[in-house]
Formats: sequence, C-alpha cells, structure tokens
Amino acid sequence: MTNAAAAATVPHRLRLPGSVRRAAAVLAVVAVLLGLWELYRWVWTTTGWTWPFLVNDVSMPHVWTIVKAFGEPAQVNQPSLISILLHKALFTAKEAAAGFGIGAVIGFALGVILVHSRLLQRGFLPYIVGSQTIPILAIAPMVVVWVNPRLPGPLQGWGAVAVIAAYLTFFPVAINTLRGLQSADPRALELMRTYAASRWAVLWKLRVPTSLPYVFSALRLAATASVVGAIIGELPSGLQDGLGGAIINFNQYYSLEPQELWATNVIAAALGIAFFLVVVAAERIVVRRAPETLT
Amino acid sequence: MSDAAPPVVRIDGVTKTFPQGNVTALQEIDLALAPGEFVSLIGPSGCGKSTLLRVIGDLIEPTAGTVTVNGKPARQARSDGDYGIVFQDAVLFDWRTVAKNIGLPLEMLGWDRAKRRARVEEMLELVELGGFADHHPWQLSGGMQQRVSIARALAFEPALLLMDEPFGALDEMTRERLNLELLSIWQQLGSTVVFVTHSISEAVFLSSRVVVMSPRPGRIAGTVPIDLPYPRAVETREAPRFFELVTEVRELLRTRGEHLLPEEEAAL
Repeated sequence: MTNAAAAATVPHRLRLPGSVRRAAAVLAVVAVLLGLWELYRWVWTTTGWTWPFLVNDVSMPHVWTIVKAFGEPAQVNQPSLISILLHKALFTAKEAAAGFGIGAVIGFALGVILVHSRLLQRGFLPYIVGSQTIPILAIAPMVVVWVNPRLPGPLQGWGAVAVIAAYLTFFPVAINTLRGLQSADPRALELMRTYAASRWAVLWKLRVPTSLPYVFSALRLAATASVVGAIIGELPSGLQDGLGGAIINFNQYYSLEPQELWATNVIAAALGIAFFLVVVAAERIVVRRAPETLT
Repeated sequence: MSDAAPPVVRIDGVTKTFPQGNVTALQEIDLALAPGEFVSLIGPSGCGKSTLLRVIGDLIEPTAGTVTVNGKPARQARSDGDYGIVFQDAVLFDWRTVAKNIGLPLEMLGWDRAKRRARVEEMLELVELGGFADHHPWQLSGGMQQRVSIARALAFEPALLLMDEPFGALDEMTRERLNLELLSIWQQLGSTVVFVTHSISEAVFLSSRVVVMSPRPGRIAGTVPIDLPYPRAVETREAPRFFELVTEVRELLRTRGEHLLPEEEAAL
C-alpha cells in the first residue's frame, strides 16, 4: 500500500518518455543476449564440454571479433567489410522489396478473387497451399532460367530473384487476405445490403477495411520471408552483388575467418528486422482500430 | 387507421418457411402501416418479428405473399433507399469516425462531400452528439453508439425506419432516455417506424399501435391501438391508461401466445 503510494507520487520528470524506455529495453535485451553468448562460450571452453558441439573460436567467435571484423577489409586493398556488406544489403533489399511488392499485390488480388467465389476457393486453394510445400531451392533455378531471358536489361539478374522472393511472399498474404475479407460482420453485410450496395462498394467500404489487421499480420510475415527469399534466390542465380553471394563466399572461408560469415548474418538479420519494422510503421498509419485490438 | 393516405408498408398474405427443419417463421401475415405511424412488433422469441422486419426490408424473401413499400415492391424500395435500419447492436464501422459512419449511406447514394458534411452536422445535432464527430466508435458508450446508428439510419431522410430491438442491449436507464429521444426525433421527422421489441412497456410507451405476434408458426395474435397522447413524457409511464394498455398487451401475449417457453412465460 505504502509502496504503491510512493510509486504513484514519483515526480513526473523522473519518468522517461515511452520511446526512450522502449529503446532502452531493446538495447538491454541485446546486451543480455551478447552476454549469454560470451557466458556460454566461457563455460564450455573452460570445462571442455563438447555437447552439443565443440566450442572454440571457429564455432563461436568472440562478440568483439565479429564487431571488429566489420571495420576491417575482408581482403587486402578492399573497403571495410561493413561498407561492402551494406552495399550488398542494399542490393538484396532491392530484390526483397520488389518481391515483397509483387507478392503482396498478387496475394491480395488472389484473396479478393477467392472471397467472391466458393468454387474458385475449392479449386485453387489446395494448389496455393501446395505451392508452398515445394522447397524454394528447388524452384529457384527454374525461375531463373524461365524469367531471366524475358527481362529487360536493367532487371537482368535481380529481377528473377525478386520473383523468387515474391513466391514466398504471396502465400501468407493470399491466405490472410481471404480470411480477413471473410471476417466481415454479417450484420454489417446486411446493412450494406439495405443500401443496395454493389459488390465493389461492399469490398472497398466494408470487406477491405475489416481485413486490414489480417493483411498486415501477413505482411509482417511476408516482409521477413521476402528477405529470406531474396537471399536464397541469389544462390542459383550466381549473383555476387547481394548478401546471398556474400554468404556463399564467406562460407568457403569459414574455418579460417568465421567472423565474416557471422557479420554477414548479423546484417541479413538486421535487414529482415528493418523490413518488418517498415510494415509495422505502415500498419500504425493505415489501420484505425480500437487500441485493444492493435497488437 | 386512416384510410386517406396510401400505406407506407403493405404486407399481404406473407408466409415464410425455412427449408432447414421445415420451420414456418411467418404464416399469412397481413399488415398495413399508414404514413407517420409508429408500430411495434412484440412477441416471444421465435414469433418471427425480426423475420417480418427483414421481409419488409427485402433482406429475406417471403415464400408467399407480397410486400410493398411506398407503393413499390420491397426490392425496388430497397434499391431506392426507401428505408433506414437500426439493429440491436450499433454495427458501426470501427475504422470510420462517428461523422463518417453517419455519412456512409450518403456516400452510397453518391452525395457530394459538402452536402454530406452539412447533413451529418444536422444529424449529430439531432441525436445530441454535437462534439463527437471525430471520435471513433470504440470511444463511445453503448447508448451513444446506438444514437450514431439511429443518425446513420435517418441521415438520408427515409420515409420508413426499421428498428430491430435497437435498445435491447442497453441498460434500463439509457433505454428509457433513448425512448424519449427517439420519440422526439420521430415527431420532428414524421417518418413511419416499425419497431421490434421484447419489452411490453417500451412498445406501449413508444407506439401508436402495438402488433402482438405469437410463435410456431409466427402470426399476428392481435393489435392494440395505443391512444396515449403525443408528445409523451416520463409521466406517461405513470399514467393509469399506460398501465391498462400494458396489461392489455400482456393479456394478449398470454392468451394468444400459446406454446411459450417457461422463461418467456416468466418474463411476462
């Protein structure tokens, strides 16, 4: 009781703004994770435990080794690793963004088409689901072979990768758009009928706004999936300009310089997180909903 | 009922059976509503009063019989926007502000922005929500949400207002206040109202005529004209005549509404 009272009377100026506190929480979590990494390393190396894997400078380089690798050139007479990786990340981001855009539009359109026809739903849904059971690595070479020759010059190479990223993106968007469009309140649909509303009006004034929270939760998944799709898509394309190329490259030198692959992974993860955050920010702007239903 | 003006709603021999379970929701209903009437449909669950309301609104097609609204077939009346409807829940669109919710039917009718804004302004005044134009529905109480819903139904000045237990989900005090507000709005606009309710006192207080329905199959058990003078006020509920009429409706429900479920019996 007295504690609660004391807490309630803490002067307002001592309390940091919400954004600062959230940023501090994020940094604290990162610090704890890095600490755990080093602790694990230390325990396993000092005890000599080898289960589940041998811990040494190759399997788990020091955090500071990885951080230091960013500042140093990967090869002599090259710019620093971080500047190379950022350039490659930009390239991958271009592929992923294009793939995300294509996939989101196709997925949304599929959802809109399927919600209007139970027959199409029955007919197409199994194939849409089935499309995702084929490993992307099995599809990627074919997409490259099919798509690349058809692309105009400036799209050569990365355009095919964008299509591969789109292949991973459209699925969650299509499924969730369909569910979202179907979730319109039956009485609201009845209300629209009293206005003799056209299908088009029902779609844009009722179904689409209702579906937005569903669509955005799919877009959040799709944002990270598009980055994964772009990185994987680079592998069969033989593209060296993106993070996928860098991963293949640094993989070959892993036993000598593991920190460079780790550094690349950090950048790839950061790119995925950046994509995710962009979608979250867009959702904040677009979706007007009761605060408790926002996640 | 006045014979001079043609009826706003005319129901002739309407029967509705639902194929599932072979339920006869409505059997041979005949009813006509004169302009400016306030008619309540009352009866226990399953008497088909909500079905009848939906048949008038062309949301459900009758199995037999005809419905005309404003002298037109119900389908034509619906596409002409001849009626507004209020459901038990407000059914507001969360992503729209109060003003834009009220403006929704006007958008559907293709009104331009300036005209819409002016009308929405009037409607907000009418339902006494002047300062709430830019609020979102979730920021309002249940009673306020239902007032928005009424404003939306009346925004395009339909000749007919269909109300399906509009105050059923509200607490008693809010309900009685909204009853008074609804009467005042009705008298200002002069529209015809079909009001579905479970509550005898609400039906008697509001209506110029109470239509008592009985279940299984749904049919009209009787009609009670309410001769309490308008405008009605809080005191109306305390008048001896009010109690006589409530008793009359209750007796009609009891004697003619056979096959009542025990809890419906208890509620009377």
